[in-house]
Amino acid sequence: MELRSNEFKARAAANLGNEKLQKGLGLIKVKAVVNRANAVAEFGDFETLREAGKEIRNRALADLDLYLERFEREATARGAVVHWAENASEACRIVVDIAKQNGVKTAAKSKSMVSEEVGLNDALIEAGIEPIETDLGEYILQINDAEPPSHIVMPVIHKTAEDVADLFHAKHGTPRKTDPAALTREAREILRPKFLSADMGVSGANFLIAETGSTLIVTNEGNGRLCTTLPRLHVAITGIEKVVATLEDVSTLLRLLPRSATGQAITNYVSLHTGPKRLEETDGPQQFHIVLVDNGRSKLLAGEMREMLRCIRCGACMNHCPVYQAVGGHAYGWVYPGPMGNILTPSYVGLENAVALPNAATMCNQCGVVCPVKIPLPDLMRKLREEQMVRGLKPWTERAGLALWGWAAQRPALYALGTRIAVRFMKWLGGSEKLIHRLPLASGWSDGRDFPAPAGRTFRELYKERRT
Amino acid sequence: MSTRENILGRVRDALKRKVSPQDTASIDAHIAAHPLGMQPLRDWEPELRFRARAEALASTVEKVASLQSVPGAVARYLVVNNLPTGGICWPSLRKLDWIGAGLGMEDRPARGDDLVGVTGCFCAVAETGTLMFLSGPDTPAAASLLPETHIAIVEAARIVPFMEDAWALLRAERGSLPRAVNFVSGPSRTADIEQTVTMGAHGPYRVHIILVG
Ligand code: SF4
Repeated sequence: MELRSNEFKARAAANLGNEKLQKGLGLIKVKAVVNRANAVAEFGDFETLREAGKEIRNRALADLDLYLERFEREATARGAVVHWAENASEACRIVVDIAKQNGVKTAAKSKSMVSEEVGLNDALIEAGIEPIETDLGEYILQINDAEPPSHIVMPVIHKTAEDVADLFHAKHGTPRKTDPAALTREAREILRPKFLSADMGVSGANFLIAETGSTLIVTNEGNGRLCTTLPRLHVAITGIEKVVATLEDVSTLLRLLPRSATGQAITNYVSLHTGPKRLEETDGPQQFHIVLVDNGRSKLLAGEMREMLRCIRCGACMNHCPVYQAVGGHAYGWVYPGPMGNILTPSYVGLENAVALPNAATMCNQCGVVCPVKIPLPDLMRKLREEQMVRGLKPWTERAGLALWGWAAQRPALYALGTRIAVRFMKWLGGSEKLIHRLPLASGWSDGRDFPAPAGRTFRELYKERRT
Repeated sequence: MSTRENILGRVRDALKRKVSPQDTASIDAHIAAHPLGMQPLRDWEPELRFRARAEALASTVEKVASLQSVPGAVARYLVVNNLPTGGICWPSLRKLDWIGAGLGMEDRPARGDDLVGVTGCFCAVAETGTLMFLSGPDTPAAASLLPETHIAIVEAARIVPFMEDAWALLRAERGSLPRAVNFVSGPSRTADIEQTVTMGAHGPYRVHIILVG
């Protein structure tokens, strides 16, 4: 996927005025957030469950090499073929090679963020293989000139039913309809024959189970099941960090993931795949390939961002993020939006290519509170900000400003004088409305909102007065 | 060096692994013991919980006394709901008297245009109102997936409290995993358009569960 993370500010500003997007984002607060809260309350002791989830993921990461080898051994013993991919291009090459060796013309895909991450669709198209996105949201994006998703769980959260109605009418040539049920039926009827004729199914994997060598996917639509049951080849592509130890471990994580993602106690379908079709079976793929992608993950394991590898891609952090809720997923400019993206994007594509992201947060810690595996997202963003400072990636105005502040703060008399002048100036700026419409040197702050003017005296002045 | 060795080498460096990678005792013990994780409080009786949960997920549930009564129950359900009285069933169910109940059930692999699919199940999970299916020659996965209406026969005695109990049953009865294990919790659905829940995305529009026992 094309990287546009350094355009965050411009795209965020544009999105603030995008009415359709704001409508979709508004629904997150009344639906996704509320549904999660209800599901969590209904469960009971969700805090202990989060702690258990964190431990399970930590255990897997602490012995990641051993669990991966065990997974590979078990999967291979059951007839799956395990491939390892260093980076995006290697991952694509592996999948394209499998497809070419088997004369594949069409590939039915169920939703996979890793396939977005490595840009698999473009690679398939280049090799003359037609990828067909089958998740309803991903299908809508694909027929809309391969638009990128704006959310990891709800990819078309930025579109209204009216948008989808126009798109289907234009692309399918069918009478225009706006009812979501009718639109869903239309997509089902168009995609069903494609499932039946696809040569290859491509899925992701929410988890890899070391004990049994199985891949696990969660879906609601059933497209994941179709992709992994009907075509003669199945390729599962996923990150090396997705491994967990046992079926029991994954059962605990399955109590966390759907509740955090959509407020469901369980997704409609949870499917485990262990090896290809057995003798005498009438369905299932003849070949089962598993592509394990590194693409920066082993580097993350070595550094301060290691806790991020616990992520189970539920999307709760973005649903609860005031910045995501305001600007939407496209502003983040890559596959992973919201707080998790603020860490993953700079980690995977380079801090210099995503300068704004670690700063695209209010540090309110809503994300840290809801994260089902207790990733301290704001702490990690803070560390990235520090690294930006050290590497000189902050704008010179910010660095100079902080240096000046540091210099003055070490000189109390001067500091007191400076702040006294500043608050009086700002009070004057605010005028009778007591609101500053435009802050000098900080227009980025005041362009989209008004800044409340200070009372005109510093805290230290007021404090001194109270004491005497 | 191969990509595999490079990746595993970097993982080992990151973990500052000192012991030899051949020493897998730390993970072997955990996998062998496969300890239970956290389960919710169990203040329910499994069959009642299963029914309540399955119904909350938009499945319908009825109960019959024995397997012999199943074809009659299937026929009633299909007629009452104005659905076709023919379709496919798992080969494992071919011996039931479908014809006697006025139904045309074929025990062949499901096709894309089949409208009714009748299956059994391996067991059911009470906590979430979930059915568990194991793929196999007599229990093909597509039968519960392609038809618009899925009817599942569940022995009441095989409703277990939690998913972990289903794994225990699988280990005890089968030893290893089949090609596909599918957990199904109600009709297929999507909420991709304006977060409006819509049934029948790519799988069945309706799931009817017949408890036996
Ligand atoms: S960081 Fe946590 S909340 Fe965000 S997607 Fe990952 S697991 Fe979910």
